[in-house]
Amino acid sequence: MIIPRWIRKLSFFLLVSLIMVISIFPFYYAIVTSFKSGIAIFEVSYWPSSFSMTNYISVITRGAFGQQLLNSVLVATAVVLLSLMLALTASYALSRISFRGRTLMLLTILSVSMFPQIAVLAGLFELVRSMGLYNSLWALVFSYMIFTLPFTVWVLTTFMRALPIEIEEAAIVDGASPLVIVIKVFLPLMWPALVTTGLLAFIHAWNEFLFAFTFLSSDEQRTVPVAIAMISGSTEFEVPWGNIMAASVIVTVPLVILVLIFQRKIIAGLTAGAVKG
Amino acid sequence: MTSRSQLSSQRIRSAWLFMTPMLIVLAATAAYPLFRTIYFGFTDASLDLLSEARWIGFRNYLEWVDYGDGEGEFYGLLADEGWWRSVWNTLKFSFISVAFETLFGLIVALVLNVQFSGRAWVRAAVLIPWAIPTTVSAKMWAWMMHDQFGILNDILLRLHLISGPIAWTASADTAMLAVLIVDIWKTTPFMALLILAGLQMVPADVYEAARVDGVHPVKVFFKVTLPLIRPAVMIAVIFRALDALRVFDLIYVLTPANNQTRTMSVFARENLFDFDKFAYGSAASTLLFLVIALVTLIIIKFGKLNLGGEK
Repeated sequence: MIIPRWIRKLSFFLLVSLIMVISIFPFYYAIVTSFKSGIAIFEVSYWPSSFSMTNYISVITRGAFGQQLLNSVLVATAVVLLSLMLALTASYALSRISFRGRTLMLLTILSVSMFPQIAVLAGLFELVRSMGLYNSLWALVFSYMIFTLPFTVWVLTTFMRALPIEIEEAAIVDGASPLVIVIKVFLPLMWPALVTTGLLAFIHAWNEFLFAFTFLSSDEQRTVPVAIAMISGSTEFEVPWGNIMAASVIVTVPLVILVLIFQRKIIAGLTAGAVKG
Repeated sequence: MTSRSQLSSQRIRSAWLFMTPMLIVLAATAAYPLFRTIYFGFTDASLDLLSEARWIGFRNYLEWVDYGDGEGEFYGLLADEGWWRSVWNTLKFSFISVAFETLFGLIVALVLNVQFSGRAWVRAAVLIPWAIPTTVSAKMWAWMMHDQFGILNDILLRLHLISGPIAWTASADTAMLAVLIVDIWKTTPFMALLILAGLQMVPADVYEAARVDGVHPVKVFFKVTLPLIRPAVMIAVIFRALDALRVFDLIYVLTPANNQTRTMSVFARENLFDFDKFAYGSAASTLLFLVIALVTLIIIKFGKLNLGGEK
């Protein structure tokens, strides 16, 4: 049975369109809703019907949303820098030096990355409180290491292992110390991998909910995913959907921009480690 | 060759030195808190009196309470209907979501593996659901699934697929379906990208040879492509399954306090902090950890995964 070329082309085009629409629609609809004001929100419309900034203004001016955005940026940035620093030297050791127990070490790191966050929640809560970090952003910087660090180490190790032996041979012969080799030889070559892992760690930290929800109690300290989850009206019927959608759009736009600019790097990072094995 | 062995022992020493900061951080954020959670599961700890926790053995897990008149009842997690319902919810959620994500992920990956103009845009669009924070996508979908003003009901009513509006997230019949829809929407991209990476490693001459031999494309897919990408698909399925077993954010935000969707993580978190049954919640967390550890071990043992990366 031969299917005509144009039918094949058309059905492929339809499939691609369907994938596009399903992927983008919720975000698109949030944007459409966020620009509606008053009772217009309660009428379903498929195309942009009004352009009112009311929701954005009320989200930004009322409450602590500005502060919460800043909190998210600070936490995510600190988490990225700290985990890259810790992971760089560790992954050099794991990829370029052969020592007994290396495979076991890699397995341990991988299994930590599969830890259910809830399993450490009770213990972390106690630890955070005893360190006096409860309701402090440092609690998040500290606790987020449990998922960013294993992941970062894993991907950087995969990347470094792929580099040829020749690049450090000369340095070893010259008697350079391992730390010098990492900083002078590897760091300049690592930028693509560092950007990739940094981006993914940033997105993970930016999106995290459970720890942020548990370790922070005041409105001014919250990060945006928690803030958005907690926006509510005085009754079930007064939920300010317009404000929630405006806040959602504000939080999502930076991520969408990151995805558009760095999609290749993000995909490389997501699939590194997972497929190479 | 003393200098050589000296050099290598010096390198091994610095290897451990280099790993020490990472190991300390992992011990503090993973090992120690896990150990404490397990410990709290065997105590009577409450949220405000953590330091006064007393050891009570297995009573959070199972305890026979004798009423003194020859009758009695079992208490504890293993006798808790709510716990077993959350176990069942978790398994149901994980199985259905991962199955559909694999299927849709495979379709999307096959589409993205075709050369066509505008492919980069489609790939970027597909990444968007993955990049949106889970709580935010829960809210976006909660609005779309609103029983009175939601666009989903509007679309389905216009297409005459439903006769009246559905309270997607609130009604007992559809709450799980609602959660599944959002989860599948959100994580299919991840699945697709992992499978796509596998597809791109299939050498082009394999397809060329099949084409020259005049093998039907459908047959090529099932006999050539699928076996070749099976390892990539398996790894993607494993990653997703482990993720699905610990699902929390989406369910907690989209369908709060709902018997039909409460998973093990939600059950544990509610007991830990909302119901002031810290020890009981710790015990539930411990059981969840055991379930996931068991699944991981089975996978590592039988999946024949080359995790060390040795060539």
